[in-house]
Amino acid sequence: MSQSVADTAAPLEFYQLEDDGVVHDSGTLLGFWIYLMSDALLFATVFATFGVLSSSFAGGPGPRELFDLGLVAVNTSILLLSALTCGLAMISMQGGRLGATQLWLAVTALLGMAFVGIELHEFSEMIAEGATPQRSGYLSGFFTLVGTHGLHVTFGVIWIAVMLVQLRQRGLHQENRRRLLCLSMFWHFLDVIWIGVFTFVYLLGML
Amino acid sequence: MNDSSLARLVFGRLTWESFPIHEPILVWTFVVVALLGIGLVAAVSRYRLWGWLWREWLTSVDHKKIGIMYIILGIVMLLRGFADAVMMRLQQAMAFGGSEGYLDAHHYDQIFSAHGTIMIFFVAIPLIVGIVNYVMPLQIGARDVAFPFLNSLSLWLTVAGALLVMVSLFVGEFSRAGWLNYVPVANIENSPDTGPDYYLWALQIAGVGTTLSAINMVTTIIKMRAPGMTMMRMPVFVWTALCSNVLAIAIFPALTAAFAMLMLDRYIGSNFFTNDLGGNPMMYWNLVWVWGHPEVYVLVLPVFGIYSEVTSTFCGKRLFGYSSMVYATVVITILSYLVWLHHFFTMGSGASVNSFFGIATMVIAIPTGAKIFNWLFTMYRGQIRFELPMMWVVAFMLTFVVGGMTGVLLAVPPADFVLHNTLFLVAHFHNVIIGGVVFGLFAGMYYWFPKAFGFRMDPFWGKVTFWGWVIGYWLAWTPIYVAGLMGTTRRVRLFEDPDLRIWFVLALIGALIILVGILGFVIQIIVSIRNRKALRDTTGDPWDGRTLEWSTSSPPPFYNFAFTPIVHDQDAWYDMKSRGVRRPAVEYRPIHMPRNTGAGVILSALALVLGFAMVWYIWWLAALAFVGLLAVAIGHTFNYHRDYTVSPQEVERAENAAAGGVP
Repeated sequence: MSQSVADTAAPLEFYQLEDDGVVHDSGTLLGFWIYLMSDALLFATVFATFGVLSSSFAGGPGPRELFDLGLVAVNTSILLLSALTCGLAMISMQGGRLGATQLWLAVTALLGMAFVGIELHEFSEMIAEGATPQRSGYLSGFFTLVGTHGLHVTFGVIWIAVMLVQLRQRGLHQENRRRLLCLSMFWHFLDVIWIGVFTFVYLLGML
Repeated sequence: MNDSSLARLVFGRLTWESFPIHEPILVWTFVVVALLGIGLVAAVSRYRLWGWLWREWLTSVDHKKIGIMYIILGIVMLLRGFADAVMMRLQQAMAFGGSEGYLDAHHYDQIFSAHGTIMIFFVAIPLIVGIVNYVMPLQIGARDVAFPFLNSLSLWLTVAGALLVMVSLFVGEFSRAGWLNYVPVANIENSPDTGPDYYLWALQIAGVGTTLSAINMVTTIIKMRAPGMTMMRMPVFVWTALCSNVLAIAIFPALTAAFAMLMLDRYIGSNFFTNDLGGNPMMYWNLVWVWGHPEVYVLVLPVFGIYSEVTSTFCGKRLFGYSSMVYATVVITILSYLVWLHHFFTMGSGASVNSFFGIATMVIAIPTGAKIFNWLFTMYRGQIRFELPMMWVVAFMLTFVVGGMTGVLLAVPPADFVLHNTLFLVAHFHNVIIGGVVFGLFAGMYYWFPKAFGFRMDPFWGKVTFWGWVIGYWLAWTPIYVAGLMGTTRRVRLFEDPDLRIWFVLALIGALIILVGILGFVIQIIVSIRNRKALRDTTGDPWDGRTLEWSTSSPPPFYNFAFTPIVHDQDAWYDMKSRGVRRPAVEYRPIHMPRNTGAGVILSALALVLGFAMVWYIWWLAALAFVGLLAVAIGHTFNYHRDYTVSPQEVERAENAAAGGVP
């Protein structure tokens, strides 16, 4: 830019003089979204590994001998239902209804616990039949993929528990609202992952 | 019997034999490290600096201080990694004609594994992250990063990982499976010792830090740019930092997952990467290289940014071909994700797969070449000032081009079948990493040092450093290219053929000349601090810079900018200078800044304890550390008072103190 341009053009501002000094949106939601994408890639890696090992039974049991699709269907419904209750919690939060938010969050956590409980039951039955993660590459992949998802759900339940305490202490504080938005993104993300698990591990395995 | 089972319960597999007291080299190293440590602790206590250290540094969430601490970590670990390098060079120069050298295979293998691991994860990454941390927020006109606490946590997790690697030197042993901890060597039946476990826990802990840091930097660049700074007005360094960190987010999950699965294999006996029961070792190679190849670009892209900034400043010209530079960066980012298989063409994936990956690899040379031409054209008819940073740019261009060309050579699958796992490959990647990344890091450190500390670095010792590194590099690695081309394989401890010896002796001499460069750098830091009055820069803009970081005082106040700048041009500060813009003479306004917190240090200390306990099977301690981690992390979320307001009076005081000659 030459000097003459600067002289003839309308005066430009080079500093924000009326700045209130507060960063209004430092990007927590964007940052959390990026974190979820990296988590999605972690799952993608585990999915790919499972894909490679999906027929490495090493003479051990395969999906047909192992899975009870009825139980998995019940579990899937529970998790999908929890997505609905999580959504209802968010709607209550937007409407400023603290009690309803807490109630729906508690229901979500209970459904999450039921999901993890049924999954643990499934795992323990498989292990009792000798289908342990050590038995074959396929089973290593299965337990790791499904278990990683289960660990995430467990973490989500702990998160909800902490949020319930913080909601009781401070109500629908601006900070709490932001955390709840992140929490709901996390919960729905786990739903999406489960759709993948349900399809690729259970349904395709039974074909 | 009872005693030993109790001991196993309390100490896991840690016994007296775990301490290498019968190894003179390690004992002496330990004595030196311990004396240095005691000296440091004594000095800090003598001058009553513990409180200052805790308040001003350890708990700091200021991106500038965090950046400086990352760089200190990188420099300290460089000394360790380089000591490993000289030991290998010495061994390879000695072990000819029936001589066993001075290192047995057990130690030699640990040394080459530790050398690579440390140089990439605890030298290159911390130095890059440190410079990005320091410079990028200043260049975009921000007051801090998007998540200041996460930034502190990332730093201390990286430090915890580095400490765990250092602990392995004196307690137990490190991995013998190479810098990527390859299976099947790293499988439990081949390495039942602590080596791979140290490796895995150190890198998982540090890896969490790197991932969080990358998320933080990307969010900062997207959300916190000064008004007027559109994407195509960002300095090239910010662009390269953005691409590098996007890439890091895309690749570190693969590494984390691969390491986690290897951990499961080693701890619970699963069969991911085993040779039987359906496991597949090559899967590990694929996964670690899906991380590993892009990682090269995670390191080199920000360095390309540094070269761009330095070239444009020291040629007194706007960067040639800004938008082609941006597109080249983006193209490299994408392509780097599609080439990992060229690390094992010999796996046998077939001609079509190898062709795809070979061609994709060669294509990367095009955008990289475009960048080299852009720098050359920036220099063309510029008023070049050969200050220290610019000297490194020229050395880089001459050195890196050779590394790039040997890379293209290796990308040809038939050639790679001959050269795979030879010293030619080793010479190639040292050529690009020293000639590209390390030279650029020096350019960046010299360039921004006056900004960070308010004085320049001593030029004489800077030249000693420069020539030591450049001459040393060429003498150390050209012979290795030759030996490699003749078929010498890598990771070899002793040689039969006496004809090869000359190349390894030359390489050793080269390494010793690099040592001169490294010692020169250490001396330069000391001399510069002692002569800081004479080297003082009062302008805040010692190089006649073009981007916003030079518009603040040196060092910048903790809030960076009293008034957020408004950007109208790519070279925002050059634009402001040429229009004669003055700092506004109006009253200061209050500024919101994040509070310091010790949570990052505490969480990382617990992570270190967790890692150590898991390495040694001390289950109770691991459980305790894990519960502690959860408790501190949850406890930290109950802290709602994370920022505070700096009053206008305080801003005025800080501005006057820093004022000097800043316009």
